[in-house]
Amino acid sequence: MALLKIENLHATVDGQEILKGIDLVIEPGEVHAIMGPNGSGKSTLSYVLAGRDGYEVTGGQVLYDGQDLLALKPEERARAGIFLAFQYPVEIPGVTTMTFLRTALNAVRKGSGLDELDAMQFLKLVRAKARALGIDEEMLKRAVNTGFSGGEKKRGEVLQMALLEPRLMVLDETDSGLDIDALKVVAGGVEALRSPERGMLVITHYQRILQYLVPDHVHVLSGGRIVRSGGRELADELERTGYAAFREQAA
Amino acid sequence: MTVPAFIERFDAVTPRLAGGGADWLRRMREDGLSRFTRLGLPSRKAEAWKYTDLSALGGIDFALAAIEPDVAPHHLPEIPEFGGLRLVFVNDRFRPELSEVERLPPGVVVADLAGVLAGEGDFLADWLPRLAPPESHALAALNTAFLGDGLVVRLSRGVRLDRPIHLVSVGTARERPLAFHPRHLVLLEDGAAATLVETHVGQGDVSYFSNGVLEIGLGAGAELRHYKIQDEAPTAFHVATTALRMDDHARYEGFILHLGGRTVRNEVHAVIAGRGGEMALNGVTLADAERHVDNTVCVEHLAPGGRSRLLFKTVLGERARGVFQGRVLVDRAAQKTDAYQLSGALLLSPGAEMDGKPELEIYADDVKCGHGAAVGELDDQALFYLRSRGIDERAARRVLMEAFIGEALERVSLESVRERLAIMAGRRLESMGEGEER
Repeated sequence: MALLKIENLHATVDGQEILKGIDLVIEPGEVHAIMGPNGSGKSTLSYVLAGRDGYEVTGGQVLYDGQDLLALKPEERARAGIFLAFQYPVEIPGVTTMTFLRTALNAVRKGSGLDELDAMQFLKLVRAKARALGIDEEMLKRAVNTGFSGGEKKRGEVLQMALLEPRLMVLDETDSGLDIDALKVVAGGVEALRSPERGMLVITHYQRILQYLVPDHVHVLSGGRIVRSGGRELADELERTGYAAFREQAA
Repeated sequence: MTVPAFIERFDAVTPRLAGGGADWLRRMREDGLSRFTRLGLPSRKAEAWKYTDLSALGGIDFALAAIEPDVAPHHLPEIPEFGGLRLVFVNDRFRPELSEVERLPPGVVVADLAGVLAGEGDFLADWLPRLAPPESHALAALNTAFLGDGLVVRLSRGVRLDRPIHLVSVGTARERPLAFHPRHLVLLEDGAAATLVETHVGQGDVSYFSNGVLEIGLGAGAELRHYKIQDEAPTAFHVATTALRMDDHARYEGFILHLGGRTVRNEVHAVIAGRGGEMALNGVTLADAERHVDNTVCVEHLAPGGRSRLLFKTVLGERARGVFQGRVLVDRAAQKTDAYQLSGALLLSPGAEMDGKPELEIYADDVKCGHGAAVGELDDQALFYLRSRGIDERAARRVLMEAFIGEALERVSLESVRERLAIMAGRRLESMGEGEER
């Protein structure tokens, strides 16, 4: 069974149609990249999958592991194994990263019928995962994303991913705002999570991240539709030709 | 003007109150009565009472609790334990059997006011009128006229009391509405230090009116930590007026947690009379239903080098109303004053309302003063972020509310108290979360 099956998905934001019929199938173990110009609907697709308010689905369906994803609340999707890495991770003053991570992990574990981790078990786990991503403990004591640099925010997203161990990861322009060193660390952290049970949807404007996170399939999103699909070589082609040709195609 | 009926019986009533017939006290009471009669219950036409309406008080026939038959509480509500001295008052009657005031070290007076007045209470003749709140304060005047029992703390020069002093007030009315007028006095002589915790709880469906006055005098270098928990019954009127006076380099750290009450006014007048005095007063208000909670603070910097900090956080649900009025006055002499006040409010429902005004009145030219106020709703983006990580909506809302009030709570320097307050606030937030989800 497909991990994710999107069929003829239409969605509006503020009454304006942004997604105009998307079809996409992700099998377990596959990494898909969605590329496209600004305003093509990339972020809208990620928010629709995560269940954000204000993104209204007007047609089509999304099956996750065979079940109707759109019927689930955002927290239910997360517990079912969907993870959206935000393009702009949200600052939450007053909530320490450590508390946030533990609350989230225990919520997801509870949702999967697992015992909650106690403080010591959690600390051990989070330290190991943080070390692997070059995150020092000082950052974990600070408020969630508050005053973090762009690189710290994105590394924080990958740390959450590593802790929550989702089955479907949606990365919304995770490469944006990163210098080359930070990009390597972040992409490497995501790559380490690649496994035969997991699927990934990597949304990006540039092919840069795909050098470190090599996709099995590449799709071009333009004007709210997937206008072309291919293998990894399509990303290289886009790098040479740009999106101009596809803009015309969508129009 | 409506005034409570017991006022007419002043002559008959007062000899039966604390201090009996002592001349100085009778004169003080008479002065209080004449001021109250002249001023009447505050009306919303008065600037200081613009946002808080006490007219409902005038419509209730309160009896004076001190001369009514004793009302024993059915059972004491849960009272947090702070592991120190404890004085319990039920409707402002001291309950020695529920209190713990044994083994006081030398130089320490911790007792009930009526008891002190009956014994060697003449030192109070100097103090009670001296620290009193402004002359024009009608409810403080009413308190002066009918003052009942209360807490007296006096620490001699240099005495530092480690154990917290816990003042517990239980309000309860069964047959008819009751009013009581507690009067508390805390005097720390030069270099003395103490921690005072106040807990106000209540029970019963019949309304009661607690009209308390607390006077605090801090000598040079004296230090007081003062934490108050207001969790009165849902029908209660709670008016509390604190007058604080600080000498050179005295330090005051206050915190007020509002959890209950029907109509609440917590008013603090702080006078930093000595050089280099430092005061911080912070608070958290959690209110739902139709509660009304007013925090009014006035800080007067009269001497150079003083510092004051006010931080109040308010969370309002349903049709609750919050008020924060902060007034900071810097006298010409008070150069190098550093004063800042901030009020933040979170409205959980469209029916909730927050009012307030910050006021700075500055007559010195070399000062650092500022204020800020913000009213908002829970951050949708933050809610979605938390939910997208598996945290359900209710828990996510609670996380954000706790973070919001945490900024004020973390200023409570005594860890054991801070933890208790956080637990109590957390419990209250949990019950407020119900019915607010969209």
